[in-house]
Amino acid sequence: MKLKFGIKEVVALGIGTALFVVLTTVQIPFFVVPNTALQPRMAVLAFIAAVFGPIVGGVAGLLGHSLGDAFFYGSVWWSWVFPEAVVGVAIGIFAKKFAVTEGGFVGKNIVLFNIVQVIANAVAWIIVAPVLDILVYAEPANKVFAQGAFAFIGNIVVIGILGSILLVAYSKLSGKSSDLKVEE
Amino acid sequence: MTRMISYEKKDTPIHKLSGFTKLVFFLLWCMTSALTFDTRILLLMLVMGAIIYKVSGTKWKQVSGVFKAVMVFMTINLVCIFFFAPYEGCRIYGSRTDIAHLFGNYNFTKEQLFYEFNVLVKYFTVIPSVFIFLTTTDPSELASSLNGVGVPYSIAYSLEIALRYIPDIQDEFHRIKNAQEARGIEMSAKGRLLSRIKNTAAIIFPLLFSSMERIDVVSNAMELRGFGKKKSRTWYSRRKLTKGDFLVLTFIVLFFAGAMIFTYHDGSRFFNPFI
Repeated sequence: MKLKFGIKEVVALGIGTALFVVLTTVQIPFFVVPNTALQPRMAVLAFIAAVFGPIVGGVAGLLGHSLGDAFFYGSVWWSWVFPEAVVGVAIGIFAKKFAVTEGGFVGKNIVLFNIVQVIANAVAWIIVAPVLDILVYAEPANKVFAQGAFAFIGNIVVIGILGSILLVAYSKLSGKSSDLKVEE
Repeated sequence: MTRMISYEKKDTPIHKLSGFTKLVFFLLWCMTSALTFDTRILLLMLVMGAIIYKVSGTKWKQVSGVFKAVMVFMTINLVCIFFFAPYEGCRIYGSRTDIAHLFGNYNFTKEQLFYEFNVLVKYFTVIPSVFIFLTTTDPSELASSLNGVGVPYSIAYSLEIALRYIPDIQDEFHRIKNAQEARGIEMSAKGRLLSRIKNTAAIIFPLLFSSMERIDVVSNAMELRGFGKKKSRTWYSRRKLTKGDFLVLTFIVLFFAGAMIFTYHDGSRFFNPFI
């Protein structure tokens, strides 16, 4: 587990958050229930978490979602901010295993990444978000569970397709950055 | 993209407050609004929000675009609540007073109307606080004042980098988008789901990879200048907490505590006018 918080993590957290905020406006609506469009920014969050670890992933989700909400929607829906951190932290915990920057994001790791992201999204959007909605905002249960289910499906699709492709491509690029060979 | 709220330098009592004070005020204000369902407190917050908005000198054109977006979102949400749970209000307030019959199992009830009115007022208590926080808080000053109250400066610096790079990355996003559109990649609402995901990827790929490069460049530059070598650092925009800051902080803490006691003293977070 990568719990280091050095200069690179400081910058990655900042720029990752900025990226997440900017992509807030990029949404692909696929159903009429509010707050449940496909969100490409989730793929970026998964990417950042898988590369830089749980602290960067979690805080970028937390900060990015609240800032993005505030800048573009003028209100912050707090019960949907915290699940974002759940996804970031959960994916980030396995960052070392994925070995993205070392070029190791192939085969087994892609499968592991997708298993982790499906579980993390299930916990975040089917459990955490609706329960907080009910506890904090007293929203009707069937409405928030419907929203949660759509968010879950949307996010696993986006992270599964876009997130995986981004990670594979980046892993390929950065893995072969060195032409040096070990001397015999 | 102009539909985004940004900081604007002005000379008002609210601009003079420290970023830390405004952040605490903002967070406690949001918490109060989220936790209470007492209509009287919500209405009081609505009036206070309007007054603070006036004092902050925020111009309508700074926030009108975002305001319209919230209104659309809010309307959809209120309609959805009604269609998913037309009797949520009756369940909460424990009574049922029909106004009109709509269709099937859907009736307009006074309780539902009152419940959705509360949800609406909740929105309107949070919106001005977000607008004011964003238009009156200087990002650099916020980071330095957070560090001033004990937040590790690396975290404060992350926040500053995030706020600093949002406009840059936004510019880059639009450049890439225009370039891809010029190459014939369709970005509008047309096209099927899978092809739209593919087209979105055509923007996100270059944007993400250039951001990864940016992370390298910026962190190398910071390393060269010795960032993180010392336990503390100085800030150009540091401001000491003043009497005004302490007054505002005391006020919001007392207001939060008072609102909580007032809301929960009878064991329910709802104000029930139907008894």
